[in-house]
Amino acid sequence: MSSAVNEFIRSFFLVELLKGLRLTGRNLFKRKVTIQYPEEKAPQSPRFRGLHALRRYPNGEERCIACKLCEAVCPALAITIESEPREDGQRRTTRYDIDLFKCIYCGFCEESCPVDSIVETRIHEYHMEARGENIITKQALLAIGDKYEQQLARDRAMDAPYR
Amino acid sequence: MGDIRSYTMNFGPQHPAAHGVLRLVLEMEGEVIRRADPHVGLLHRATEKLAESKPYNQSIGYMDRLDYVSMMCNEHGYVLAIEKLLGVTPPRRARYIRVLFDEITRILNHLMWLGAHGLDVGAMTVFLYCFREREDLMDCYEAVSGARMHATYYRPGGVYRDLPAQMPRYEPSPYRSDADLERLNAARQGSLLDFIEEFTERFPACVDEYETLLTDNRIWKQRLVGIGTVTPERALELGFTGPMLRGSGVEWDLRKSQPYEVYDELDFDIPVGSNGDCYDRYLVRVEEMRQSNRIIRQCVEWLRNNPGPVMIDDHKIVPPTREEMKDDMESLIHHFKLFTEGYCVPEGEAYAAVEAPKGEFGCYIVSDGANKPYRLKVRAPGFAHLAAMDEMARGHMLADVVALIGTQDIVFGEIDR
Repeated sequence: MSSAVNEFIRSFFLVELLKGLRLTGRNLFKRKVTIQYPEEKAPQSPRFRGLHALRRYPNGEERCIACKLCEAVCPALAITIESEPREDGQRRTTRYDIDLFKCIYCGFCEESCPVDSIVETRIHEYHMEARGENIITKQALLAIGDKYEQQLARDRAMDAPYR
Repeated sequence: MGDIRSYTMNFGPQHPAAHGVLRLVLEMEGEVIRRADPHVGLLHRATEKLAESKPYNQSIGYMDRLDYVSMMCNEHGYVLAIEKLLGVTPPRRARYIRVLFDEITRILNHLMWLGAHGLDVGAMTVFLYCFREREDLMDCYEAVSGARMHATYYRPGGVYRDLPAQMPRYEPSPYRSDADLERLNAARQGSLLDFIEEFTERFPACVDEYETLLTDNRIWKQRLVGIGTVTPERALELGFTGPMLRGSGVEWDLRKSQPYEVYDELDFDIPVGSNGDCYDRYLVRVEEMRQSNRIIRQCVEWLRNNPGPVMIDDHKIVPPTREEMKDDMESLIHHFKLFTEGYCVPEGEAYAAVEAPKGEFGCYIVSDGANKPYRLKVRAPGFAHLAAMDEMARGHMLADVVALIGTQDIVFGEIDR
């Protein structure tokens, strides 16, 4: 009997709804969990897999030796490589294209690269303005690599014990 | 007054409550549903066929994209099937890491489900609270694999990399005072395991918050209690698995009934419902989050005390470490061989299933001895659930269809594959 009365009172006075309101009310005055996005960014792991880059050795020589492992391992077939011996007889790529629309950012190219040339950077905010810009060329990849080399080297060094 | 005849209505595929690309053709009589006909295939990407044309490892990334809210569980099913064919067992630490991330994935999935289900039924706030916690778990994903969602982290023979000893931190910014920054980074001072442990300490209180908002709420109950009732017998006949089956009162969980990895060493309970309606399934999923939290705590404890390898030491299947690869010719050959040709799997067939957040996710692989599967069949739990839509929706009102889609936890990535 008393439980039925209790039930009625609880139901009549909207107890459970008020409890919910109290909770949302408390959260209204709590510290916000959101961040001011473009100026402020969420933490990013050194393992982050974003836009690709081709790295160089400290002496400026490009690392890629056109072994085509990344081309072979790429599940989405996003990488196209053509190679030729250079004037000095070294084997180098003449073409290294990544189709960013095909790429699934799985990181296998970086995993497979025996000379740490192709890497996935922390860059995750980029855009294309015209048709065809989704295919990123060797020059562009090397330019990204040059620009972010310090960060890239730091991240690789941090992750080296785990690989 | 003229005859009232039933008419046909199209629901989706662009409806926001259709959870992706569900198209339902509803035969209505007034506002009552007489027949519900789900149409599938709008997100078909031929994952199974695609897997036939690439070496085993290269399809791992595509498994993430099946059920795109429980990524690592899908990988787990696929990787387990390959391991069964190869006859290898990953090191214990790798198995614990897999269980840890399976349970993190379960919480991720249920949080997404709870938020979206709440939103469908009319509760906005829960969605925001759920995503607040989801963010932390996404950070765990990122810290370990480098991607917030499509991790590609599990490999046949273990997991790709060990857990990092350092969590990434917030950078100073003009919008934050130093004290504020310190507060944000407080949980990130230690390793990933410390971060996860801190999360598990605070998560039960968060679940209480969701429950305060929903469990007793009269609007929530009016929308869910008695909707889409399935008897235990019928649930079994329809091929239900996961919370859909347990909501009907059948205590069936692959983690208990056929334990894989290290689930037999862990202490957790299987919640079951009694009425088999949407509300019971809600309660089951909420309790599952608490149980997952418990499992995570046990895994963290074990992982902390037991360092060790996370990959088997067989370079016919697993590539050598980078250091070995650069110093040793034989390792380099293994490296090249594995990243071009992959490994060959003995002839035969294997089925391996995991208890994914939505139910039994299984992979059936037929191998003809090549480096690619001859045939891959994915058993997606959502497909069987969606097939029961007609039966569950019949006689209910139009608005209840939304609650049903929510309670079935439909994700089209896995249904259409």
